Amino acid sequence: MSSLSRDDVAKLAGLARIEMTEAELVELSSQFGLILDAVARVQEMDLSGVKATSHPQPLENIARPDVVLPSLSPEDALSGAPAQEESRFRVPQILGEAE
Amino acid sequence: MINKTAAEMADALTKGETTSVELTQAHLDRIAAVDEQVKAFLHVDSEGALAQAKDVDARRSKGEKLSPIAGVPLALKDVLAQKGVPTTAGSKILQGWRPPYDSTVVSKLKSAGVIIMGKTNMDEFAMGSSTENSGYGPTFNPWDLTRTPGGSSGGSAAAVSAFEAPLAIGSDTGGSIRQPAALTGIVGVRPTYGAVSRFGLIAYSSSLDQAGPFGRTVLDTALLHEVIAGHDVRDATSINAPVPAVINAAKSGDVKGMKIGVIKQLQGEGYQKGVQSRFDESLQLLASLGAEIVEVDCPSFEYALAAYYLIAPSECSSNLARFDAMRYGLRVGDTDGASAEAVMSATRDAGFGREVKRRIILGTYALSSGYYEAYYGSAQKIRTLIIQDYAKAFAQVDVLVSPTVPTTAYKIGEKVDDPMAMYLGDVATIPVNLAGICGMSLPAGLAEEDNLPVGFQIMAPAMQDQRLYQAGAALEAALLTKWGAPILSQAPVLGGVK
Repeated sequence: MSSLSRDDVAKLAGLARIEMTEAELVELSSQFGLILDAVARVQEMDLSGVKATSHPQPLENIARPDVVLPSLSPEDALSGAPAQEESRFRVPQILGEAE
Repeated sequence: MINKTAAEMADALTKGETTSVELTQAHLDRIAAVDEQVKAFLHVDSEGALAQAKDVDARRSKGEKLSPIAGVPLALKDVLAQKGVPTTAGSKILQGWRPPYDSTVVSKLKSAGVIIMGKTNMDEFAMGSSTENSGYGPTFNPWDLTRTPGGSSGGSAAAVSAFEAPLAIGSDTGGSIRQPAALTGIVGVRPTYGAVSRFGLIAYSSSLDQAGPFGRTVLDTALLHEVIAGHDVRDATSINAPVPAVINAAKSGDVKGMKIGVIKQLQGEGYQKGVQSRFDESLQLLASLGAEIVEVDCPSFEYALAAYYLIAPSECSSNLARFDAMRYGLRVGDTDGASAEAVMSATRDAGFGREVKRRIILGTYALSSGYYEAYYGSAQKIRTLIIQDYAKAFAQVDVLVSPTVPTTAYKIGEKVDDPMAMYLGDVATIPVNLAGICGMSLPAGLAEEDNLPVGFQIMAPAMQDQRLYQAGAALEAALLTKWGAPILSQAPVLGGVK
């Protein structure tokens, strides 16, 4: 039986940038055993020599001619911004005081 | 008027027997009468819809050449961006967002003169199979308001089933069009991956997501399919090839000499009795129409569900990183001196629901160093085996079939605390997504034990979508003869209006 501790979930939540309450951490940790057991079935088959498929199509880079096309106006681009200042997105501090 | 098929409505518009404004208003009235009970819509854009209808009527009266379904109203899953109209993907993190652009699907609907009446409810970011994971409350199944309509495109399916719209758009990442179509007694198609542009479709799992049509008949679904499909330079995975002739296929509906494969792994144990018997009956009907029925073996399908619940969460953990509280959507905790990281984390906690968090955490785990090969890596290899199983099967047969869902619609709340039980309902639809091929669900009748709709699934190789419609139309016609009336005539009356 697989399991993921409350602390494991807390670490993953930190990596995923989701602040979680204690109750959420405990609930997720209790559900993960079953879910991990179910998905771990992918390891039951002998997969040696099988190639991985990341996408149903053979992906290739597609370039278009380098010409200017219409795009969003600054007003439209900023229309959903939680905060803006001088035609720019206003964001919280990203560097510490000393940096 | 609202009980007609989209094809009949289009015909009445062409003949001048009605106008798009009348037709749209009749549907808006129906929404006003029954959506309090069904809750299919998150947003009804009456003003925009009537303006669009007026424009189509004016163009028609000037003698302009219009698309076959110009003037017919439609319900749009809230996962597709529509300029100026609230678009939330069922999430609180996007509450109040009005996109500054149209998705390609919306652009195509608008240029075809299809009237967009509003945005429909869905599981948050299309993660779920019951519409209960919506940040705005569940949608209710018109067949029994105590049950779910399925999901994630439950709002779109319920709207069509409840005659609030003759047509709707959904999206299908693991069955999210076919499963709700099955549970509400309508037709739903997941087109071949890359057939319909994903530009402006809010991403859940990019290698699996595909938008597609809902209708009450196979022909109606085909009419909408041809409007939304086609190459788009703004989607790098869009297939640059002609759209399969699905309307012609839906009109011909001939299965004489067609080879139909029944997938051994997608029937029997775990499938509700009434689901299995409606499926078997449909097979007999197809055989009586001249199709050759054979059983095919797809041994790796047994692992499809496990592979899906690693691949989709992995891709979602990456895709949903864009909801960072910086450029659009919700922002909380932005007090003086709060770091960007703290604002991001607080916003994502407040804005995402339980299932979305669960999948992001699962995906983050499956992609983390030390576990990557064992989980995501193995899942990708299973994906290869599933593609090979399909290739072998399609070397022997023209289409493959199965029940769409192992059960009929379940009660609201029944599986909401048991994610694994919910995931199991996707067992028959997921292989199509992993292989990038196409699939249809159409109504096969009612299960005798609960009188709820059962879906019959047809699958075809990539870009052979016309085969779905050809086989689907044949079965639909045979079932209609047998029943004497469309399946929805057996659904209960809602809001005193039928």
